[in-house]
Amino acid sequence: MIAYLMRRIWQMIPTLLGVVLLVFFLFNWVGGDPAYVLAGKMASPEDIANIRHQLGIDRPLWEQLWIFIRQIVSGDFGDSWSTHEPVSQIFRTRLGPSMTLLIPLMILETAVAVLIALLVSAFRGSLLDRSLMVASTMVMSISLLVYIIVGQYVFASVLGWFPVKGWSQQLSQNLTTYAVLPVLLGLLVSVAPSLRLYRTFILDEVGQDYVRTARAKGVSEMRILWVHVLRNAGIPIVTNLLMGLPALLTGAFLLERFFAIPGIGREIILAVERSDFPIIKAATVYVAMATLVANLLGDMLYRVLDPRVNLD
Amino acid sequence: MTTTMRSPGLWTLAWRRLCRDRVGIVSLWVVAFYFGVVLMALGGWLAPDWTREVGVNYAPPTWWMGAQESEDAPAAPTTAQANVVADLYGLQDPLASEFAVMQAAYPNEVGLPPEPPRMQTLPLGGDKWGHDVLTKLIKGSQTSLLVGFVAALVATALGTLFGAVAGYFGRWVDDAFNWLYGVFTAIPYLLLVFAIAAVLQQRGVVTIILILGLTGWTGVFRLVRAEYLKHKSREYVLAAGAIGASNMRRMFVHILPNVSHVILVQLSLNVVGFIKSEVILSFLGFGVPVDVVSWGSMLNEAQNELILGKWWQLAAAGLAMAVLVTAFSMLTDALRDALDPKLKQ
Repeated sequence: MIAYLMRRIWQMIPTLLGVVLLVFFLFNWVGGDPAYVLAGKMASPEDIANIRHQLGIDRPLWEQLWIFIRQIVSGDFGDSWSTHEPVSQIFRTRLGPSMTLLIPLMILETAVAVLIALLVSAFRGSLLDRSLMVASTMVMSISLLVYIIVGQYVFASVLGWFPVKGWSQQLSQNLTTYAVLPVLLGLLVSVAPSLRLYRTFILDEVGQDYVRTARAKGVSEMRILWVHVLRNAGIPIVTNLLMGLPALLTGAFLLERFFAIPGIGREIILAVERSDFPIIKAATVYVAMATLVANLLGDMLYRVLDPRVNLD
Repeated sequence: MTTTMRSPGLWTLAWRRLCRDRVGIVSLWVVAFYFGVVLMALGGWLAPDWTREVGVNYAPPTWWMGAQESEDAPAAPTTAQANVVADLYGLQDPLASEFAVMQAAYPNEVGLPPEPPRMQTLPLGGDKWGHDVLTKLIKGSQTSLLVGFVAALVATALGTLFGAVAGYFGRWVDDAFNWLYGVFTAIPYLLLVFAIAAVLQQRGVVTIILILGLTGWTGVFRLVRAEYLKHKSREYVLAAGAIGASNMRRMFVHILPNVSHVILVQLSLNVVGFIKSEVILSFLGFGVPVDVVSWGSMLNEAQNELILGKWWQLAAAGLAMAVLVTAFSMLTDALRDALDPKLKQ
């Protein structure tokens, strides 16, 4: 186990280096000279030279790469180009609102998707199964954008059940007032794909021998589904959830943008709008790191939950 | 006298299976209809100019006007003379009374040529400037579909090429491409797209096709690589090698047709995914430039219109997209079943 862990961490290094190189290449070579972005439209050549010196982009490329790597390791990406707030502080303060939105969303999504998936697999091939699958295809094909626009208009502007947008300092108020509509709308979109995935996980198990044995012993269908099948189908579900965590962080940017939730996703969109490169660079590198770690943890968890899996 | 019956090939069989799948055929027709409309728009037969302001501001849909009285529609001027008396904000032009005199004195020189009268209602309504939503919808479908399709072609071609090379040659080539795959999949897809959009300052249809195409090859790569790994040691490939077929020939003449069903399904999946990505990008203003209309930019406008109760542009763009994406997804499923019947139990 330890040997496996060490090997996996060792194998992560080239990938991580690749991510760093990709981001570096993108921002320092493809994008051209960021000094022109930063200096604005009415810049004198001295201004440009000054900014170039400050950013260190008048130095050779390998030296710039070294600066970038130092930034990543120390976590100090300097200040935002547009608000001059330290980048590390931006991420620290935006993480909370993102989590307030995403953790309830993830818990609800998993619960609802697993419940419906179990229900559907109990009646496999029936009209209920097929109509739910068709419905989930249709729900998936309407863009999240449309759900948000219509949902915000109908439930917040017209009916007034929820605030249109906003965020407060208290966690409890956020959870009970401001996050409710975004979570519900997010749920509408994210349940369908998970449901389809979980259904295949469960159907894989339903055909196994141990299910037939349990039936032969006279175990009730309910118990078979909830105890025998769910325990086995739960393994891919849990690992799948864990691995999807970092993508969720950026995935909720539309919700955060529409409902003015000061989270990481909204910050990234703002940064793209303002060409605020330090924020985008930091976000890309750190989310990539989080993804790699989550994948590793997912594999480890798989191993822990399912002793049959041999990772070595 | 004996005639050798030629056994039907993979594609004929797949086509027959697809024809038997009723859902698949209906979705095929829907998708074909969209592509037909797009081709006609490209050729200039349909919706030649969406920028013409043919209706009054926020002209409602014709069929909806029967139920609704026109009270909330602004009193629409019908002629050029009436047009200049009061502007959008209800302000009187102080020179309005002089217009007739000026017109008489300089018959051909005053002001703009008189506009053609504007329509009170339009088939699918009008937007803030009086553009016809139907025309915009057709143009928007053209943009979104073309971006999705061409980007999917680029991504699938890249993924196929990388996957073929990695799977066929193996060893360090495989390691190198796997490394690249690991790097691209470590960054969440939309975040990577955003980062590139932020770096490339110019917006344009070609830019967005490149962004989506260059980042979206990973899914195809993984599957094609696995197929090549499996096929390269099969007997027909070894036989081809034995009679002296070159590596290139073995890869692209012998193996490629045998994995093409995987590629086709992936292409179809990618089209749907990229249409969705384009809509989100254009909605956020990182996609198509302002003088190009797409479903995403229509949804962006519709977001503000809805607050004023003008729902028709939102409904048109949302529905057009939903129908296409549903049909395309079901067509993909049908294609997969038709091309790989072993998958279906």
